[in-house]
Amino acid sequence: MRNIRTIYTKELMGYFKSPMAYIFLVSFVLLNGYFFSNTFFLINQSDMRALFNIVPLVYLFFCPVVTMGLIARENNIGTAELIATLPIKDHEFVLGKYLAAVTLIAAGLAFTLVHFFSLLAVGSNIDIGANLGGYVGLLLVGAFYASIGTFASSTTDNQVIAFIVGALGVLVFYLLDKLLMFVPSTIAAAVQYLAVDYHLSNISRGVIDTRNLIYFGSMIWLFLALSVRTVEIRKWR
Amino acid sequence: MIRVDNLVKHYGEFEALKGISFEIQDGEILGFLGANGAGKSTTLKVMTGFLAPTAGNVEVDGMNVVDHSLEIREQIGYLPEANPLYTEMKVFDYLEFTARIRGLEGKAWTQALGRVIERCDLTEVVHRPIAECSKGYRQRVGLAAAMIHDPKILILDEPVSGLDPNQIVEIRELIKDLGREKMVVMSSHILQEIAATVDRIVIIDHGTIVADGTTDKLMSSFQGRTQLTLEVTHATEETVQALSSQVEGVDVKDTVANGETFTLSLEYDRDVDPREAIFNYAKASGWAILEMSPFRVQLEDVFRGLTAEGGPDRA
Repeated sequence: MRNIRTIYTKELMGYFKSPMAYIFLVSFVLLNGYFFSNTFFLINQSDMRALFNIVPLVYLFFCPVVTMGLIARENNIGTAELIATLPIKDHEFVLGKYLAAVTLIAAGLAFTLVHFFSLLAVGSNIDIGANLGGYVGLLLVGAFYASIGTFASSTTDNQVIAFIVGALGVLVFYLLDKLLMFVPSTIAAAVQYLAVDYHLSNISRGVIDTRNLIYFGSMIWLFLALSVRTVEIRKWR
Repeated sequence: MIRVDNLVKHYGEFEALKGISFEIQDGEILGFLGANGAGKSTTLKVMTGFLAPTAGNVEVDGMNVVDHSLEIREQIGYLPEANPLYTEMKVFDYLEFTARIRGLEGKAWTQALGRVIERCDLTEVVHRPIAECSKGYRQRVGLAAAMIHDPKILILDEPVSGLDPNQIVEIRELIKDLGREKMVVMSSHILQEIAATVDRIVIIDHGTIVADGTTDKLMSSFQGRTQLTLEVTHATEETVQALSSQVEGVDVKDTVANGETFTLSLEYDRDVDPREAIFNYAKASGWAILEMSPFRVQLEDVFRGLTAEGGPDRA
């Protein structure tokens, strides 16, 4: 636990001591704010569905950006060798890094709460439960995408490759729901269960079902476990 | 004590280590010498647990590196070859991070930081980003991080490569000093470095050990010939050519003529000393001797003799 915290702190400080965190936060908030307020006044309703639709799209690009350097950079500059010879377990290393990335994504998400608060101030008939559910869902999606990105980052020592692989992986889970019509009906249910949208739309309605939580939990666990394995395997090259 | 037993490491098809065995005692400074690509770094990487062996065994105090990796890592301080560092961090932040990972807290943590900063002479740069430090300072930062938990064993892969002569002397003194209380294993492809610092040398070539012993033992076991440079003037072609037939046991390897002045490279066995005979011959031939300087067999020659058949450089 202490090791996870040490890695986590170092990684988070790393984000905030470089321009990375600021560029990420500013552009994330600007982009989401623009797309949200663009349609918000057209629809003229006190709901945030527009935001909940746009954030997963923005994630496609931003989550892999946040995670691409996590492990790939260590592999590239050789510090992975130092880490591997320090008394720290591979899963502590991966988890510390992953949590730092999720924290940064959560911070970006927290800034968009400004829309929620302005809605509370000016709107009427606001479904608070659905909105908070939407935020929980977005956080889970961000955490899921970050785990895919972390895995992509663990497979290479090149950050560009880590980004592309991560973005493709994220895209697959994002698109699954939209490809359902092309899928044979026998496996459609399984494919639908794998799609992010399906679970996100459930949660966004304000219904937090264990089925959805199990989905996000097990997917995140899967990709982090794969990352840990990949870090381990480097020893056996 | 570290025991390396029949260690084999393959990278795909390439056999980096072909079954090497040796032991290192506590408190010993061991130098690991070899050309680039000989297998030095690979051996050290297996010893630290960074790479897993293909076959064979490395034991630290009776514990196998694969099964007891975490316990062994706690006892080892390691400075990798390229000295990778988080260059965006400040020296102090980096050492602080390493100390935390090493489980130091509270008073022990403060003391450890103070100790390595003083010992590695980092006071001047402690609040500077590592990226802005000179190579010598970076090397010392790496060394400081490796010894922050006061490990029993220090493994240093090419600790002085790329440093200027003054820095080399400083680091060498530091390593010698550390070697009084710890086991130090250092590698190098430069002989003087090793010879000046260590108690015992292991020479590795093509993934096998070709020599293992103290500096003196290695030199005496290698029977080379002594070379002598002779520069004379007022000489003639004929008298120079007659030298090897007139003085017994001397071979003329090379002759450079420049008018009346000749520079000769001579060679003779270690157990004879024909210098007086050469002088007498020169006097008889009317030469004036400008220079006569023998090269004793040096460790360098031992190294070259043992590893020269290496073929292409496998850097």
